[in-house]
Amino acid sequence: MLSQNEIMQTIQMIDQQHLDVRTITMGISLLSCAHSDPEAACTRIYDKITRYAEKLVATGEEIEKEFGIPIVNKRISVTPIALVAAASETEDYVPFARALDRAAKACGVNFIGGFSALVQKGMTQADRRLIAAIPQALAETDIVCSSVNVGSTKAGIDMDAVALMGETIKALAGRTADRGGFGCAKLVVFCNAVEDNPFMAGAFHGVGEGERVINVGVSGPGVVHYALQAVKGAPFDVVAETIKKTAFRITRMGQLVAQEASRRLDTPFGIVDLSLAPTPAIGDSVARILEEMGLEVCGTHGTTAALALLNDAVKKGGVMASSSVGGLSGAFIPVSEDEGMIAAAQSGALTIDKLEAMTCVCSVGLDMIAVPGNTPAETISAIIADEAAIGMVNSKTTAVRIIPAPGRKVGDTVEFGGLLGSAPVQAVHPFSSRDFVARGGRIPAPMQSLKN
Amino acid sequence: MRAIVTVIGKDQVGIIASVCSLLAGEDINVLNISQSVLQEYFVMVMLVDLSGCQTSIVELSGRLDQAGQERGLSIRIQREDIFNAMHRI
Repeated sequence: MLSQNEIMQTIQMIDQQHLDVRTITMGISLLSCAHSDPEAACTRIYDKITRYAEKLVATGEEIEKEFGIPIVNKRISVTPIALVAAASETEDYVPFARALDRAAKACGVNFIGGFSALVQKGMTQADRRLIAAIPQALAETDIVCSSVNVGSTKAGIDMDAVALMGETIKALAGRTADRGGFGCAKLVVFCNAVEDNPFMAGAFHGVGEGERVINVGVSGPGVVHYALQAVKGAPFDVVAETIKKTAFRITRMGQLVAQEASRRLDTPFGIVDLSLAPTPAIGDSVARILEEMGLEVCGTHGTTAALALLNDAVKKGGVMASSSVGGLSGAFIPVSEDEGMIAAAQSGALTIDKLEAMTCVCSVGLDMIAVPGNTPAETISAIIADEAAIGMVNSKTTAVRIIPAPGRKVGDTVEFGGLLGSAPVQAVHPFSSRDFVARGGRIPAPMQSLKN
Repeated sequence: MRAIVTVIGKDQVGIIASVCSLLAGEDINVLNISQSVLQEYFVMVMLVDLSGCQTSIVELSGRLDQAGQERGLSIRIQREDIFNAMHRI
């Protein structure tokens, strides 16, 4: 029999510490939708998504009520559209994004990811068309997310694609200037992208995946923060143990929800992504966990070490709690979506350089960072190249989701609303990287031995 | 199926009686109750068996929530599995 204490502990986690399942994401393969006629392809895409994900939202809500655990988002990820659209005789890929948008809205989900291209080693004609369509596609649709993988440990970094993405991000910001460059919040540039990530904006359904799959992302920075408050001043061994135990509990809950969703939707269970995903709500912050470890402000010296411990302990605790762990799994550090990160950036303690260092040891990359609107495209490309290099050399996923907010300068704040929060505009280096980015070509894949 | 009913709020006369009669009305059998009052704060945890109950847990959860609101209490029902998953290996 469960004790009253145990039951109340769970209730408190849900009520006061923001414990939730962050997302149930259904991955759907669209490879069967390819057609030489783009209109026919779009119809097939719409039909397939709405057929497979028809009950996703209703099922999610049912589980939410039965278990009394909030499931914040229900989402869909699809095969990278560059692969599906390649068969169509058209140069304009925007209609594919519109089809995704319509299908996702019909299903009632809040985001659909997969307007994507994988170009780590080179770009096909379809990849180029997709990237060219991104600014218009993301400006004209509401809930479509896009990602482009520009590098990998095995292939190196495609610097032509990196250069192109800098320009794409600038163009997208320009097209959504009235909303502070909001479109860029829906675009991720990856190195070593994973095929089963349930989190947006970088979710897509990889080609190695099955017909359809259920992936679940758990969350709970508030729970970890609360647990650490009980071990104030204790050595790091105790901190790591406490985080592991907490992550275990959170992940068990995620695993249960994932299995239940998979059974009810008659869709194979894929993975549980055991990430600590913050929200702008007070008490749901990753930065505050780091500060709880003894840092005055997130971003000061010691932050990278604290984050390394956190990220590793979350994985160690979670991995035993789930039959299959995947996705990004670790701590997320999106600036605009984390109340503590916003405060740290505003205080000047958290700079882009420090964030870059932090991405070496956590699960993602430079995420939801606003920079001045006049930042040149080459500078953004160079930021992407730096981040991709970290991912490539360390065999990990890194990503850049950066918003050059039109008309804004350092010190301003850009409001995105909802889970995307608000981003203080952060300074970038004023020195040019133009000639570096203009070279193009490929940065070769790194050595996997002689590791020093 | 078994579920956990939790009642949290300011202590007042008749909480247990009203929750139990609501559950009995739905043919729900109470297997175990633990209850405590800490500084006028009432906490009750019940393990219940839903096998005789015709109403769905989703609907029950709505009714209990409403009954709770009328008395200024938080009453919820959750499947037992979620607690087992988090606290038992």
